[in-house]
Amino acid sequence: MTVPTTLVPEDPQHSTLEQSENAIELKEVEGLSQGRIVLRRFVRHRGAMVAAIVLTLIILLATTSIGWGPIPGWWPHTPQALNDVVNAGGKPTMGFDGGFQVGPHPFGQDNIGRDGFARVMRGTQQSLLIMAIIGLLATTIGIVVGALAGFLRGWIDNLLMRFTDMVITIPVIMVGAILGARFGKAGPVLLGTMLALVTWTTMARLVRGEFMSLREREFVDAARVAGASNSRIMFKHMLPNAMGVIIVNATLLMASAILLETALSYLGFGITAPDVSLGQLINEYQSAFATRPWLFWWPGLFIVSIALCVNFIGDGLRDAFDPRQRRIPSKRKMAKA
Amino acid sequence: MTTDTQAPARTPILEVDNLGVDFFVEGEWFPAAIDVTYQVRSGEVLAIVGESGSGKTQSSMSLIGLLPQNGRATGSARLAGRELIGLNHKQLSKVRGKDVAVIFQEPMTALNPVYTVGFQIVETLRVHFEIGPKAARERVVELLRLVDLPNPEQAVDKYPHQLSGGQRQRAMIAQALACDPKMLIADEPTTALDVTVQAEILKLLRDLRTRIDSGIILITHDMGVVADLADRVLVMKSGRVVEAGDVDAIFNRPQHPYTRQLLEAVPHLGAATFGQAGVVVGSAPEGAATSATTAVPLTKPAGTRADGSVDNAFEAKDLVLEYPSRGRMPAFRAIDGVDLTIGRGEVVGLVGESGSGKTTVGRAAVGLLPVAGGSLKINGVELAGIGAKALREVRQDVAIVFQDPGSSLNPRLPIGESIGEPLKLHKAAGGSALNAKVEELLDQVHLPRGMRNRYPHELSGGQRQRVGIARALALSPRLLVADEPTSALDVSVQARVLDLFQDLQREYGFACLFISHDLAVVEILASRIAVMHKGRLVEVGPRDQILRSPQQDYTRRLLAAVPVPNPAEQRVRRETRDRLLEEQLVRSGAHAPAADRSDVERTENGFAADAGARDAARQADA
Repeated sequence: MTVPTTLVPEDPQHSTLEQSENAIELKEVEGLSQGRIVLRRFVRHRGAMVAAIVLTLIILLATTSIGWGPIPGWWPHTPQALNDVVNAGGKPTMGFDGGFQVGPHPFGQDNIGRDGFARVMRGTQQSLLIMAIIGLLATTIGIVVGALAGFLRGWIDNLLMRFTDMVITIPVIMVGAILGARFGKAGPVLLGTMLALVTWTTMARLVRGEFMSLREREFVDAARVAGASNSRIMFKHMLPNAMGVIIVNATLLMASAILLETALSYLGFGITAPDVSLGQLINEYQSAFATRPWLFWWPGLFIVSIALCVNFIGDGLRDAFDPRQRRIPSKRKMAKA
Repeated sequence: MTTDTQAPARTPILEVDNLGVDFFVEGEWFPAAIDVTYQVRSGEVLAIVGESGSGKTQSSMSLIGLLPQNGRATGSARLAGRELIGLNHKQLSKVRGKDVAVIFQEPMTALNPVYTVGFQIVETLRVHFEIGPKAARERVVELLRLVDLPNPEQAVDKYPHQLSGGQRQRAMIAQALACDPKMLIADEPTTALDVTVQAEILKLLRDLRTRIDSGIILITHDMGVVADLADRVLVMKSGRVVEAGDVDAIFNRPQHPYTRQLLEAVPHLGAATFGQAGVVVGSAPEGAATSATTAVPLTKPAGTRADGSVDNAFEAKDLVLEYPSRGRMPAFRAIDGVDLTIGRGEVVGLVGESGSGKTTVGRAAVGLLPVAGGSLKINGVELAGIGAKALREVRQDVAIVFQDPGSSLNPRLPIGESIGEPLKLHKAAGGSALNAKVEELLDQVHLPRGMRNRYPHELSGGQRQRVGIARALALSPRLLVADEPTSALDVSVQARVLDLFQDLQREYGFACLFISHDLAVVEILASRIAVMHKGRLVEVGPRDQILRSPQQDYTRRLLAAVPVPNPAEQRVRRETRDRLLEEQLVRSGAHAPAADRSDVERTENGFAADAGARDAARQADA
C-alpha cells in the first residue's frame, strides 16, 4: 500500500470545471425539435440559402409582374398583346445608354411586337406550375406505393414492385410526347398530372427501401405492442422518420420535372401556342436565334436558374437531414480559439 | 497480485504527463481530458475505468493520434523516452501497430470483412518489416497459435464472418501482437462478448501478459474485468483522474467518493444470495418450488377469474418458436420444447448467452412472434393461433421494455406522446385524463413533467430507459417482459434504474420475465431463474438454488465465468473455474494432449456454425 493515491480535492477550479461541463450538456439538450435542427443546418448551407432566396424572387417576380389569373400585375404589357416595335428589330431596351435604363421592353420584342418580358414571365409561371404539380403528385403516389410495398411485403410488395418496374421501362419522353400531343392543349394542370403518373417510380423504390429498414426498428415493435394498427404504424410512426429521404427526393424530382417539361415543350409536345411555357418559347424562337438572340437567351436563363436553384435546395436539404454529416471546423478557426 | 507484477525496479515504458484532450465544438474548445498523468511498466496492466464520457478512451487514443479531426492533444506522453504528442502523420503511422497496438471493442467492425484474417495480419507485418510473404504467413500461423485459435493453419484463410465472436477477438489480438508492440491498448476488449467467452479472452490476456512482456492499458467500465486482470487502476470522471492506485487499494480502500460510488453501483454476483437476502416480491406458481426468501403480499389482485381461480401470467408448455422459412432458406427453430411458468406477481430471470433464444421467448410473450408449436398462455389466453382482435385484447395486459432505449422510442415523437400512446390506443384515457396520467407516469419514473415535450435524442440513456419503463407501465400490465433493460447503460445509471424497477414492481405487483445475460443483475431482481442454452431450457429453479447449487454443467460454467468486482474473490473464482473446466474435460474423455482445449472453447467454436444459422434466420426475418 505504498502506491501514491492522488486525490483531486474539491477546489474552486474543479467546481468551475464542473459548471462548464454542465454548460456543454445544457447546450446539447436545449429543447430542439428535429425540424429546428434541420432548419438550422439548412440555414448554414450557404449555396442552398442563396438558391432559396433567388427562387423566391423568381416566383415573386413571375406572379406579381403580369398577374396571376384574374389578379392584375404591375407590368403594363400582356404576353399576347401586339405592341409597336420600339427598337429596330425589337432589340431589348434595357441597357447602358448614358446610365442604366429599363425601358418599355427590357427583354426585347419579337417580330410581331409581343413583349419579351411578359412572355418569359408567363412561361415561368406555367413551368413552375407544372413543376409543382409533378412534384406533389408523383411524391404522393410514390409514398403510397412504396410504403405499402415496404411495410406489407409478401405478394403485395411483389405486385406493386413489378408494376413499378413496368412503368420504369416506359421511356418518359415518349409517354410525355404521346400524352402531351393529346393533352397539351388542355393546359398545364392536365399535362403535369399525366407526367406525374410516369415519374413516381424512383420515389416509390426509395420509400420502400426506407420502410423496409424502418419496420425492423424496435420502436415499431413497441408501437405494435402498444396496440397500434398497421395504418397508424405506417403513417404516424414510420412516415415521419422517412421524411428526410422523401423531401430530398421530392426536390430533386422537381428539378428534373422542370427540365422534362422544357424538353417536351421544346419538341412541341408540351404546352403549345398560343399558351406559353419556357420550353415552348425556346421552341418558338429557335429560328430567330441568329437574328433576335435575346428571345432565346432570356427563357434559357430562367430555365437554368430555376433548375439550379431547386437542385441546390435539394442538396442543402440532403446535408441538413443527414446526421452523419458533420462540419469539420477549419484549422484556422481552431487555431484562433 | 501474482509474482510477475511485483517488479518495481522496472523502468516505465510509457510516461504520460499532464495529458489533455480538447474538442472544438461550436467555436469553442471543450476539454475531454485534463491533466492525465500516469506511467505503465512493461508486463503491467493499467486499467482506466470510468463511465461513458469520462475521457478514458479519448485520452488513450490521443497517444497514437487517433483523435477526430476537431480534437487536439496537449501535454506529454513518452514511449520509451520518445515523445508521442505532436508527431506528424507519417511518424505516427510508424508508431501505430508497431510500437503501440490497439485491440478494439467490436471485432466485427474492426476487421475488414472482405479480406481474410491472415491477409490482414500479414499486411500489418509487411507494412512495418521487410518480410517475405511466405515468412509472414508462417509468422501469422504462429501468432494465431499464440492466441489459442483452433486450427491456425486453416483459420489463416478464413474471413471474419466465418469465425465466432470470441475467435474474431482472438484474431484481433493476434493482429495487435504481430509486431511485438511495446504498448497494447485494449479498448473494452470483452464488452461485446458473452460472459463465458469473456472469461476465455480474459484468461488469454492474462497468459499473454506474462509471455509478451508489453505494457497493457485496459480501458473498461466493467469492475469485474478490472478485478480479474489489472495491476493498477486509474479512475476517471469528467475528464480528470480522481484516483489512482494498485488494484487491491482501489477495491478495498477506495479514497475518493466517486470511486466508492462506482464500486457500490456494480452488481456483485452472490451479494444477495450469500449475504443478506434482498426483498423478492411475488409467489411461485403452484407446483413450482417456492423461493426461500420472504414473499411480500401483492398490492393488486390482478388476474383473478370470476370463479376465483388464478391464472398464471405466463405459461409455456413444450413451446416451439421458429423464424419462418423464406425462399430457399429453411425455417430456423429458435426455441424448442420450453416449459416455463410465471405466477402472477412473480419475477423470473431468464439468462443465457447471445443466440440462446431468450429474447425470442420475450418477443413471443407479447405476440410479436407467432407460436409455431406447443402452447403459450399469457394471463390465461392461448397465444397459439390467436386472431388479430384477440391479440389486441391480450396486449392490454402485457408490455415490454426493450434493450436499447435509443431505438425503441420513435425519434420523431415527443416522449409524452410515446408514453400516452398505449392509453390512447386502448381508449383507457383521453383528453385531460390522458395528460394527467402521462404526468403521473413521469412522476413515477422520477422524470420531471416538463420533459414530456422533449424528443428522445435530447435525453440521456438512463432517462430514455425510464421513458421506456413508463410506457410499459401505462396500462398497468399484469405481465411485463424486460429484455435486457439495463445492458446499454452505465453502471451507476444501471443501479438507479434497477432500484426504480424494484420499487415499481412492488407498487404495481406485475409479473415479470426479466431477460438478461448478467447473472448479477438477475440475482437482484428475480425470485426464480431459468437458464437457456441453444433454444432449450437447461435448468429452472429458485434463485438461491440456481446460484448456490446449480445442477447442470452449463449453469455451473456460466456462473463461474462471471467476473466479480473483488480481486481476491475473483482469484479464487478463477481457480475454481479452471478446476471445473478440467473436471468436465476429464469427464467428457477429451484429455488427449492434442485436444488440450477447454470445453467452453469447443462450445465457443461450435457456436460459429450456429451463428451462421442465426444470421440466416435473422435475414429470413428481415
